[in-house]
Amino acid sequence: MSAKTAGTPPVSATTSKRPAGTLYRGREGMWSWVLHRITGVAIFFFLLVHILDTALVRVSPEAYNAVIGTYQTPIMGLGEVALVGAIVYHAFNGIRIILIDLWKKGPKYQRAMFYVVVAVWVITMLAFVPRHLMNVFGH
Amino acid sequence: MSQTIEAPRTPAIPNRSKGTNWEKWGWIYMRASGVLLVVLIFGHLFVNLMVGDGVHAIDFAFVGGKWSDPFWQVWDGLMLWLALIHGGNGMRTLVNDYAHNRGLRGTLKIAILIAVVVLIVLGTLVITTFDPCPAGSPADLLPSICKGL
Ligand code: HEM
Repeated sequence: MSAKTAGTPPVSATTSKRPAGTLYRGREGMWSWVLHRITGVAIFFFLLVHILDTALVRVSPEAYNAVIGTYQTPIMGLGEVALVGAIVYHAFNGIRIILIDLWKKGPKYQRAMFYVVVAVWVITMLAFVPRHLMNVFGH
Repeated sequence: MSQTIEAPRTPAIPNRSKGTNWEKWGWIYMRASGVLLVVLIFGHLFVNLMVGDGVHAIDFAFVGGKWSDPFWQVWDGLMLWLALIHGGNGMRTLVNDYAHNRGLRGTLKIAILIAVVVLIVLGTLVITTFDPCPAGSPADLLPSICKGL
């Protein structure tokens, strides 16, 4: 069985190579969503671990310090860069999703907004990464 | 060139006239919590990773100093609840999308629910019952507010 998207012409009736009116099929619309999914899952699993390690403050100062010390090694420092990168992308793209859904012109500007997300991500990471790496490697 | 699009997998569900539309409230929750989480998480990352020595300065004394202040207790408590429910509900969406076997789908969603409930209870207890100056601990591991005690 097949059906076309409500209210849009079949691709054969247009000059387009892909179906119209499908924001989440192909190109920026789809890849932004794939990344949003992957980052969401990664952050969720990190959050599970992060609550458990923080709960060690209730065991003893020594137990907490021993575990949190492993977050301050160079390897983990690089992992934190990846984690913050994932969170910052998910956060900014999340705002883009909200604007697509709630702002009248959101769907029209979804592609432009994706590049705004990328640009603001780069700026945020430029502010974060050098400072963080100094804290990790400078001691 | 002609192209046909497969009908969506999800069968059409007839309009319901009564009962709460939980999917709608889930959808709204994802967006409302998302907006709040931007502020909470960015504030959290800034204070813990950017200010002072960043990740290098995090130890028991650092956490003890923060949670001696009700402001950070409320901040972290809100972040805990909002993020776990947001993430858990998001994971539920993924299970619905990818787990095609009915039994597996149910099992995975129960597992997500248990993980979220257990961690919310654990995290809330830790934030509310936390003692920044536990008796018998070496003073150099404790926050400075413990000195006068
Ligand atoms: C930083 C602020 C955040 C914002 C603005 C945000 C925003 C969003 C939005 C708008 C959605 C889409 C919901 C939908 O399509 O109905 C979403 C999905 C999701 N979020 Fe977040 N989120 C944030 C933080 C988090 C955190 C901390 C986690 C993990 C604990 C997380 C995990 C997820 C997951 C797993 C999904 C489902 C992905 C999918 O359905 O494709 N998010 N988020």
